[in-house]
Amino acid sequence: MSHPRTLTFAFMEPPFESERTITFFRLLDAALDRDVGVRVFAYEGAVALTFARQQPHGNAVHGRDSAEEAHPLTKDWVQALQEKARARTVGFEWINCGLCVDERGVNDVIEGCGRGGPPDLWRYATDARNTLTIGTR
Amino acid sequence: MKVLQVIDQAYRTTTEEQDDTIVWLTRSMRGVGGNLMILLSGHGVHYAVLRERQPTLTLGNWRQTQPAEIPRDITELVNSGVPVYAVQDDLEERGLGDLPLQGGVRPISRRALPELYEEADQVWQW
Repeated sequence: MSHPRTLTFAFMEPPFESERTITFFRLLDAALDRDVGVRVFAYEGAVALTFARQQPHGNAVHGRDSAEEAHPLTKDWVQALQEKARARTVGFEWINCGLCVDERGVNDVIEGCGRGGPPDLWRYATDARNTLTIGTR
Repeated sequence: MKVLQVIDQAYRTTTEEQDDTIVWLTRSMRGVGGNLMILLSGHGVHYAVLRERQPTLTLGNWRQTQPAEIPRDITELVNSGVPVYAVQDDLEERGLGDLPLQGGVRPISRRALPELYEEADQVWQW
């Protein structure tokens, strides 16, 4: 059954390397602003976005310790979007490609993010109003 | 639902993953009944004329044993019922226009692309 208020995103970029990652997260945030449910299939490097062991660090060049630097972490962004979706009572689902997780060793993911495969992307896309794919460049 | 997968890059991750990751994704979704088509455009048209398996990577004592085999993957995709198209104009721009296409790959002109896109419910540009 199609959910007209749900969008599916398939995303391939890893954290920290690409401006496309920021754009992707801003699109998710904008969808939630409009009470549109979001389903994400994280593919290839994108599975590291939810890796639970991401750690903030200080930055001597900036002259700031870890707390002051408050370094952005993509796992925190995902958590923030999960909370935003809950507050607005719209759906927010996230599935990582399991094979991609294994080959990168990023199995330890934050709560609320699952493990799956291409059949999940097909299911997400079939149910969604539309799907946006963002590959690596 | 019918999806058109547009692949406009060639050899992305083919060494590390030992396949083209979008071709692989398509084969996997086809395996669960997905109705898909593939359009090779831009540099992606290289796959349409590829004949050989990817060379083996060797780094120090480490030697790859299962390099990507794109021609086989494309053939199996076609055999599984996924139409694969290659943009003829992009082949010609790259000097590949006179080479025979992989079995089952269909040439398509740029001018015909709107009709192909209209056939799909969703277009996934990778």
